Amino acid sequence: MTTRFGSVAPVLAAVALFAILPWVMRPFLTFQFAFAGAYAIAILGLTVLTGSNGQISLGHGAFMAAGGYVLAILARSAGWPPELTLPVAGAIGFVLGGIVGLVALRLTGAYLALATFALAVAVPPLIKRFAWITGGAQGVTLAFSRDSRVLYVESWAIAALLLLVTALMLRGRIGRNLRALRDNEIAAVSFGIDPVRYKTFAFALSAAYAGIAGALLATATAYVSPDTFGLQLSLTLVIGAVIGGLDSLWGAVIGGLVIEFLPLFAQSINVALTSLVYGIALILVMILMPGGIAGALRTLRR
Amino acid sequence: MIPELAAQVVSGLATGSIIASMALALVLIYRSMNVINFAQGEMAMFTTFIAWTLINHGVPIWIAFGLTILIAFAGAVAIERVVIRPIERASPLTIVIVSLGLLIAINGLAGWIWGYDVHSFPSPFPQATIRAGPVELSAQDLGVIVTCLGMLLVLWFFFGRTRLGLAMRAAALYPAESRVLGIRVGWMLALGWGLAAVVGSVSGVMIAPIIFLEPSMMQGLVVYAFAAAVLGGIDSPLGAVTGGLILGVALNLMGTYVSFIGTDLRLPAAFSIIVLVLVVRPSGLFGKRSVTRV
Repeated sequence: MTTRFGSVAPVLAAVALFAILPWVMRPFLTFQFAFAGAYAIAILGLTVLTGSNGQISLGHGAFMAAGGYVLAILARSAGWPPELTLPVAGAIGFVLGGIVGLVALRLTGAYLALATFALAVAVPPLIKRFAWITGGAQGVTLAFSRDSRVLYVESWAIAALLLLVTALMLRGRIGRNLRALRDNEIAAVSFGIDPVRYKTFAFALSAAYAGIAGALLATATAYVSPDTFGLQLSLTLVIGAVIGGLDSLWGAVIGGLVIEFLPLFAQSINVALTSLVYGIALILVMILMPGGIAGALRTLRR
Repeated sequence: MIPELAAQVVSGLATGSIIASMALALVLIYRSMNVINFAQGEMAMFTTFIAWTLINHGVPIWIAFGLTILIAFAGAVAIERVVIRPIERASPLTIVIVSLGLLIAINGLAGWIWGYDVHSFPSPFPQATIRAGPVELSAQDLGVIVTCLGMLLVLWFFFGRTRLGLAMRAAALYPAESRVLGIRVGWMLALGWGLAAVVGSVSGVMIAPIIFLEPSMMQGLVVYAFAAAVLGGIDSPLGAVTGGLILGVALNLMGTYVSFIGTDLRLPAAFSIIVLVLVVRPSGLFGKRSVTRV
């Protein structure tokens, strides 16, 4: 289970394809692709967290909420342009993720899943309660608008950048140490790898990605509301990560596309079909092809 | 003041006994397979919809509950055999994700069959109040408490005094030894899933008249049940019940008397309890301390 980036040719092909798409697609489809890019960024964080770090989070919607609300508050009360808030959203995500990551060190396996599940459920009422800053249940409507191509380029350029940074990071010392800790913590520690530092860093990094993704989503919709960031979003991210594939960074891109476009197709048949397909897909992927779509593609290519 | 406090405590005990039932369902599965079944709440929601459908077709309410319990049992045994069996020995991460898959699929199935509208659910208890001295208690609350605690007593008797119950405990705690004694461990685990679903479905039909019926009705209750199970010690049935009752009363009193928490911050409060207990005392009030050999 190594995290790989693949060879150069398919990377270039993918980059070229994504660069052409917004100039040939209808604006509405371009808009949806921009969403998929934001999801891909959040899922990339989960892929690192679960694939390389061996931890699970069912509550990453909380960090997306942090990013989205950072954008909303800075844009509304300080008049910041949304793009400028992205680094702040990432930084806030990083800090919050670091705090949760320190707690997560003490929770293994099912316990971490349980605590983060509760986090996901607890976030919307928490946001509603502090209405003086968050706007309460109605949310915040923002006064800017962006062309769909601008949104597309923003999300996918940031996604590409973070993919590259993450791939390089996982290839080097950080990735090696994370995998060593994941596979055998005791052995890794006896070789001098500090578990607190590396595991907390991985959690913080994945939360930073979620924060950026949340701010990008809020940029696209020019609106944030508590119920956008509830359990359903958190679980959808996990679904995207698992179906895309947890042991390949490309899985995050595939996962982002799946969770944006599958519901659109499924809804035309029945509103409930998305959940049904997601649930069955999760079970089948875990039993039959734990590498997800990215893993299956890699097996096919060989 | 005092009569009102007493009424609040009783009403908290009613919510608490529903939380306790759901927590007990989680603990039953955890004890037998070291797994938290994230789909437990959705299974209960689904069976509550079945009860609702039966009642709407004119089946008397208690008979509908009885049929529902049988269906819950059979359905959960089938799920264990088909979905859980293949991954019984997989990593905790795999099992967590599969149980999330169950949660999402069951939610979708319920949405497909019954839609996402909110329905009212009939209460099996009269809408009367009972006076005990100066204290006014609702018959609904007392009925819920008696039903849930009655069921817990039956389970306690089953696991402590009957041959099958003892076999199930043996299979959960000592699978290898039980197999030598001729106990069919795989089937005992499936029965455990069935019983947990029965306990869960009781909590579903008890909570439905209070919070209405819809596919995501159990989300909040499941988080309270997580908190109760963690507080009591996740491998302790007695702990789950105690934790559930404490939580029910505490949430009710905090909601009424601590204006900062009110009703909005109950879920965040439950989350804080989970994190606090897991960090400070992972074994909870009654759980066994787990020791890892290095």
